[in-house]
Amino acid sequence: MPPIVQIDDLVVEYVSKERGEGVKRAVNGLSLSIGEGEVFGFLGPNGAGKTTTMKVLLGFMPPTSGSASLFGTDVRQPIARQRIGYLPELTYYYKFLTTEELLRFYARIFKIPRPETEKRINEVLKLVELEDARKKQIKTYSKGMQQRAGLAQALINNPDLLILDEPTSGLDPIGRMKVREIIQRLKDEGKTVLFSSHELGEVETVCDQVGILHRGELKEHGRVADLVAKHGTHLEQIFLNVVGFAKDSESPTEVEIPKEEAS
Amino acid sequence: MNCSAIWAMATLVVRELYRRKDFYVLFILTAVITLSFGAVNFFNEGSIVRYLKEICLALIWLSSIAIAVMTAARQIPDEIERKTVLPLLAKPVTRTDVVLGKYLGCLLACGITLLVFYVFFAAVSASKDSTFQLVSWFQALLMHWAMLSILIAMTLFGSLVFAAVSSNATIVLLSTGFILGILRHLNKVALMQSEPMQTILYAAYFCLPHLEFFDLRDLIVHSHPAVGWWPILMALFYADCFTAFFLVAACVMFKRKAIG
Repeated sequence: MPPIVQIDDLVVEYVSKERGEGVKRAVNGLSLSIGEGEVFGFLGPNGAGKTTTMKVLLGFMPPTSGSASLFGTDVRQPIARQRIGYLPELTYYYKFLTTEELLRFYARIFKIPRPETEKRINEVLKLVELEDARKKQIKTYSKGMQQRAGLAQALINNPDLLILDEPTSGLDPIGRMKVREIIQRLKDEGKTVLFSSHELGEVETVCDQVGILHRGELKEHGRVADLVAKHGTHLEQIFLNVVGFAKDSESPTEVEIPKEEAS
Repeated sequence: MNCSAIWAMATLVVRELYRRKDFYVLFILTAVITLSFGAVNFFNEGSIVRYLKEICLALIWLSSIAIAVMTAARQIPDEIERKTVLPLLAKPVTRTDVVLGKYLGCLLACGITLLVFYVFFAAVSASKDSTFQLVSWFQALLMHWAMLSILIAMTLFGSLVFAAVSSNATIVLLSTGFILGILRHLNKVALMQSEPMQTILYAAYFCLPHLEFFDLRDLIVHSHPAVGWWPILMALFYADCFTAFFLVAACVMFKRKAIG
């Protein structure tokens, strides 16, 4: 079965806006493939290249070299995005619309017929638990509700691939739990999900596979259980080792003790 | 080109217009001033109706220009700032679709606004003046709308060039004032200049859009008969050329713009 996401030797460079910084390499030779029905967690510190990789997959920016495809179609073709849903990090949707109107707007872009649109709106609003607020304008929503409205828009076309950029960022624990539950349900439905996160526990719970990106390079890649077995420690420690904040988990943490106490 | 997406974006712009307060504020302001002037009887002077019409039409022109420029100026910058452009472009939508959708939406929104203003103005005029030339009114409205089409395209292009919405709106409004007030006389000014200023001014005279071509207010004010349809069609073609030029420039700019 061909992979849903295929990235081969991807390099992304951009001209820095900072004076004298010249060209910066955000992604350096990334190769990755995600199969159907997999939930893939993209990990890495800020500036590691996660969002840049997603931007390439979504066609927002062209690769400097290498290639990326979705469902076997080059990401530069708009048709490659017909079967995907995307949730960006912290988006402020059209506040003058209700969620129902927002979903109808996105459904029209996908040319979904009217009866199918109404059916789909009911389904996704039920999934994200916004049925009671469907006729309220988005400007009245809490941050968590806005994020769930965002998830609803990402799901309106019943996508086969979901790309979620830090979907739980800025949410309270209840909001995070709800979003996590939704991802879990999508996984159960057999959707392919690619998501980036800083929440390692969340990744460990939900993902089949993880990739740890650091300075644009894929440092680790594989099943969570395999990585844990390979390194003999938990995911957080593996992550810290990879990004260069390694502390031997077996040895006591070094703490500077004041002289008076030491004596 | 995704026509469905273009239409969806256009309807979104129209919906935004009637859910915001800008249009209502300008309409009420224009209505209050028009009705105040209409209620005054200046020494039983019959020709005062002409002045009333002139003032009201000037107000409608100013209000419509303000609505067109302010609506168009914030469309794309707002999408980028709120990041709604990201889920939009993550769908099978090109950047050209976005520019065209925004343009069409602004054009429709301004068309509806103009219709409301002109119907209200026609009702007030009918109460003061028995002569009503429907074709002249239609031509004046059509030309007014064509002029706004150029302004909308110009503002959309400006919104991708200038960093702030306010600076773009100010520059477009000042340029519109210059074009409507000074450009028509620029060829006479050029004649009095020596080279190379003469060539520069002539180039500006022929290259900049002559928005005054679309000002048919006199037809309504003086109850003139309608203009022939050929000049109207030529003017519409002239408006289309400038609109297309600014839209192509906007599409090129948007394609080159880094998003996110």
